[in-house]
Amino acid sequence: MSTFITLKVNGKSYEIDVPPDMPLLYALRNNLMLNGPKYGCGIERCGSCMVLLDGKAEPSCMKPCSDLEGVDITTIEALGSRDNLSPLQEAFVDMQAAQCGYCINGMIISAKSLLDQNPNPTLPEIKEGLQRVLCRCGSQSRIIDAVLLAAKKLKT
Amino acid sequence: MSAYPSNANRRSFLKQTGRILIGFNLLPLGFCSLQAEGEGEGPSSDKINIDSWIRIGADGQVTILTGKMELGQGIKTAIMQIAAEELDVHMDRVNIIIADTAHTPDERYTSGSASIEGGGMTIRKAAASARHILMDMAAKKLDLNKNILSVADGVVSDGKSSISYWELLTGKRLEGKLLDEVMVKAPADYSLVGTSYPRKDIIDMVSGGEVYVQDLKLPGMLHARVYRPPSYAAKATSVPGEIVNDMPGVVKLVRNGNFIGVIAKEEFQAVKALQVLQAESKWEQSSLYPTQDLLLAKMKEQAKGEEVEKTLKGSFSSNDQTIHALYTKPYQMHASIGPSCALALFDDNGLMVWSHTQGVYPLRKTLADLLDLPEEAIRVKGVPGAGCYGHNGADDVAADAAILAKAYPGFPIRVQWMRYDEHAWEPYGSAMAFELSGNVKNGKISSWQTKLWSDTHSSRPGGKAGHFIAARSLENPREFDAGGYSAGSYRNSIPLYDFPREIIHHKYSGPLRTSALRSLGAYGNVFALESFMDELAYSIQEDPVKFRLDHLKDERAKDVIRMVADKAGWDSGDRKSGMGIAFAQYKNTAAYLAVVVKVVADYINQTYRIGKMTAVIDAGQVINPDGLRNQTEGGMLQAASWTLFEEVKYDESGITSTNWETYPIMRFASVPEIDVHIIERSLEKPLGAGEAAQGPVGAAIANAVFNATGSRLRDLPLRPEKIDWNKL
Repeated sequence: MSTFITLKVNGKSYEIDVPPDMPLLYALRNNLMLNGPKYGCGIERCGSCMVLLDGKAEPSCMKPCSDLEGVDITTIEALGSRDNLSPLQEAFVDMQAAQCGYCINGMIISAKSLLDQNPNPTLPEIKEGLQRVLCRCGSQSRIIDAVLLAAKKLKT
Repeated sequence: MSAYPSNANRRSFLKQTGRILIGFNLLPLGFCSLQAEGEGEGPSSDKINIDSWIRIGADGQVTILTGKMELGQGIKTAIMQIAAEELDVHMDRVNIIIADTAHTPDERYTSGSASIEGGGMTIRKAAASARHILMDMAAKKLDLNKNILSVADGVVSDGKSSISYWELLTGKRLEGKLLDEVMVKAPADYSLVGTSYPRKDIIDMVSGGEVYVQDLKLPGMLHARVYRPPSYAAKATSVPGEIVNDMPGVVKLVRNGNFIGVIAKEEFQAVKALQVLQAESKWEQSSLYPTQDLLLAKMKEQAKGEEVEKTLKGSFSSNDQTIHALYTKPYQMHASIGPSCALALFDDNGLMVWSHTQGVYPLRKTLADLLDLPEEAIRVKGVPGAGCYGHNGADDVAADAAILAKAYPGFPIRVQWMRYDEHAWEPYGSAMAFELSGNVKNGKISSWQTKLWSDTHSSRPGGKAGHFIAARSLENPREFDAGGYSAGSYRNSIPLYDFPREIIHHKYSGPLRTSALRSLGAYGNVFALESFMDELAYSIQEDPVKFRLDHLKDERAKDVIRMVADKAGWDSGDRKSGMGIAFAQYKNTAAYLAVVVKVVADYINQTYRIGKMTAVIDAGQVINPDGLRNQTEGGMLQAASWTLFEEVKYDESGITSTNWETYPIMRFASVPEIDVHIIERSLEKPLGAGEAAQGPVGAAIANAVFNATGSRLRDLPLRPEKIDWNKL
């Protein structure tokens, strides 16, 4: 049973033929071929699948596509491409803030949401902003440093 | 929806799209050929040949081939640095092909912190040998004495005339063997090794690039999920085959004994089919025994031990002053953030598998055994996955994909485990128990005994199909044979300290599936050993730092301890600093690491947190200092997570730790400040470092908790409710 659903992703509208209960994550990865958001747990507990919904970081692994018509969906791909990174992405590269990198999508999307609302976050505010996203490699201290660096870059 | 070519026109479809896909960076060399791409390519059967490791193209590109796998540890960058240094070429010219049975030499597994010590040093030798031979060739071609020639970015010159490596080779392979006595560069001449050359793959990670096997998309690809039994040995009595086969998009339900997989056109259709299978199937359960509450007692019933080391004269004897302590560690998980994933394609050419395995060759051999195929008919291509930290579900999901691909030939089948599959089915780090006894006389340990109990820490595939969980579920199940390797259990059980001791290891076969988790038995052994060192120091009111130094002869060991005490602001007189120290040399042969942990107790809420961890590591010659620091920081945080939070829970009916709620790991709120210092010894050989932090961190936390609260916690994880808050 599928119907056409219109999703607005990274500034463009896409009409896709998917079951209405299909979580957004599958549409992003498999229909729109976006690799940024990752499957991690499927129950909104790890943050690998984070996207911006109307500018706010949210997991995409449970929210059905049918609920998201009219919502502005932004993925990490829209923040900056490999040849033209945004200051936030650049800060992660500068700090070499990754090991396996599987969680980095969630980290950057959460940091983007945080910095948009709070350009001068304190350490506890950064930790709170990233709390939903799990990292197993233990890159958290670098990730915190990367967000601090990004805040600095965005000011100049 | 995506294009879905029929079987008949698949080949032409692949032909059309293949060209586009060449640019896809996960598939730099074409994507579904069993043979290596390019003219006359393929792994040289002989690892002694330089061209097994290094190829120089006519375009001036240098390609390094390594049998080691990128696991997020940054090995690609470090190995390229080593090669570029010895060859005297810029890093921009260098690219690398990682583990692929069609291209790279067989370097077994990427494990044991051994990739730099082993693979990296082979590349160094190969590159130095290549340079030597190329210099000879250049001298001959230019008709000049070799001694007046130098190399800059691959161009050999005497200052006037010059020729490049690639002009010398004109696209041909470099003929020659690795030279045993080849001169490698003196560390003083290094310009690249020892610098923090940044990893380039992070750029793709931050921009949504194709990095992981999970990101691979092949034309005609189908999606599958495997429906695992509710517990290890449960038997399916009823499976809703017809209902599932009639579901939208379902291509095939594959059932072989208790192995059940569903293949669908779209990923979400496979997930939905899996949900129906879960809801409608019936199983005959099989109980897990012993349950968690009985585990320790059952483990210790195993009375027969083997001696690991004995320097005591006679046997260990106890008296009234002898100190005894029992330490325990539960089953713990690798708990990768990205559930395991693999792709497989079976067709007339054979079987092609894309996998984040730690060992492409052992996986190939085991798949050959599983599917009764000759090894030559299988190609396993290593593609990075999410961090694995040892033997997790990577090989198992590759077997799942291979079984399903064979049942539905002609289409690439992508299998990704669900979160609960990863949590419930990965092979855990074994539960362990340690009974330590020691006598102290005149300020020194006069005798020591360690008795330890553990299940295996190594059940990697290694050629035996029974090591795949899928194989044990088949109609004709393949038996699991744990094999004889038990050194993982007693890794780091022998103290580096100097005193008479005996170490006895008891093999135990427990209820849960176990295998290699980062550092194997070293985490538990060092937790016990270094906790006990503190207990013995405390028994004579000695400073734990001085007590350790008094028992060490190895100056490098003493240096990391002295330096960490200094960096952390260790105050030997302060019994309430909240600080604890621990030390180990990983495997007693690899990197030295000492760590000071400071805990902050919250007496009102009866809890504690780690405030800061300070570490000093000596890994000999450092290839990439930032890479080493990154690995060490990561190891420290991961070990802190194990120590504070982690324990696999299970009951009779199966594993109950099936998600991040029931198996919590560290989140940002608990992340402490981290400070890592490196003692660089460029003249020494590099020492494996990736697992060096695991053991010391666990013990240092226990020692810090004791210092802060007076409670000695010996049972991992060190949850605050185990502290006797009334002691204060």
